[in-house]
Amino acid sequence: MGMEQIAEKYFRPGRLPHIWCPGCGNGIITGAIARAVDQLGLDQNEVAMISGIGCSSRSSGYLDFNTANTLHGRALPIASGVKMANPALKVIVASGDGDCTAIGGNHLIHAARRNIDLTLVVYNNSIYGMTGGQYSPMTPKGSKATTAPYMTIEPSFNLLELARAAGATFVARATTYHVPQMVDAIAKGIRHKGFAIVECVSACPINFGRQNKAGAPAKMMEWQRDHAVMVAAWEKMPAEKKAEAQAAGKFPIGVLYETDAVQEYTEAYDGVIERARR
Amino acid sequence: MLKLISQRCKGCGICVNFCPKKVLEVTEVGKCAIVEGKAPDCILCGQCEMRCPDYAIFVEK
Repeated sequence: MGMEQIAEKYFRPGRLPHIWCPGCGNGIITGAIARAVDQLGLDQNEVAMISGIGCSSRSSGYLDFNTANTLHGRALPIASGVKMANPALKVIVASGDGDCTAIGGNHLIHAARRNIDLTLVVYNNSIYGMTGGQYSPMTPKGSKATTAPYMTIEPSFNLLELARAAGATFVARATTYHVPQMVDAIAKGIRHKGFAIVECVSACPINFGRQNKAGAPAKMMEWQRDHAVMVAAWEKMPAEKKAEAQAAGKFPIGVLYETDAVQEYTEAYDGVIERARR
Repeated sequence: MLKLISQRCKGCGICVNFCPKKVLEVTEVGKCAIVEGKAPDCILCGQCEMRCPDYAIFVEK
């Protein structure tokens, strides 16, 4: 199906144009979720999309699945409840970098630890866009923000290392420049049985870009093109070269980690139900 | 052929930047349009459709 038909089928009628700013990557990520669902041939009624609060979290209002726009940082607990109540649903969680790593940071590590079958799509635009450009835990060190007019001095999280250490069993990254790879990563994340996280590197041209003189939206996308390295090439890099690339702000994209060796949470819970009935 | 839905377009210029054949432009009113006379140059590569954040440009094959 072409994108025109996908927009027609998976978006609620009459909701476009969306409210996101010109050049905002959120539209591309939301489109990629719709494309991934289409690629997997899922029925819209089998999919639930839960979001928190922030620019990214408006996405659940546009897509025509079973959706809920919930509390700031609390999309994962509510999605966990949805999954527990009906494990047959494919549950996708849309969360921004602030929503996911700051307000909902604790929920993130515990959802990952439980390995509950959710697909967390992180719209990482490195800033709190909706509230006017305050820095988040994902804002790169040395950036300007409304709350850091003399530049941030904090290192940012390596979100995927964090999720993996906490117990996530599927870890992937893509950028809004690499759209087919993003669709592929989200589709694989949905197919994966267990906690899947897909970090989508995006651009906020208005509230991050302007303060940091990052240029037009297309320029910010070119930055993604020039700094993302396919995981196969990344893994082949000798340690010295990798350290150099990292120092230059480069990062790997693709599926970085995947395992089927850990039992999924709702499956384990079936055991609890069985033992309680005995 | 390219199909443009100008009602959705916000004139961000992403499609213009990544068009390998320079078929597109952002007009005075801030909407994406096909440069006059350039329509036959389009190779239907879909770079514009793929990255349009507003679902405002499609390739019809």
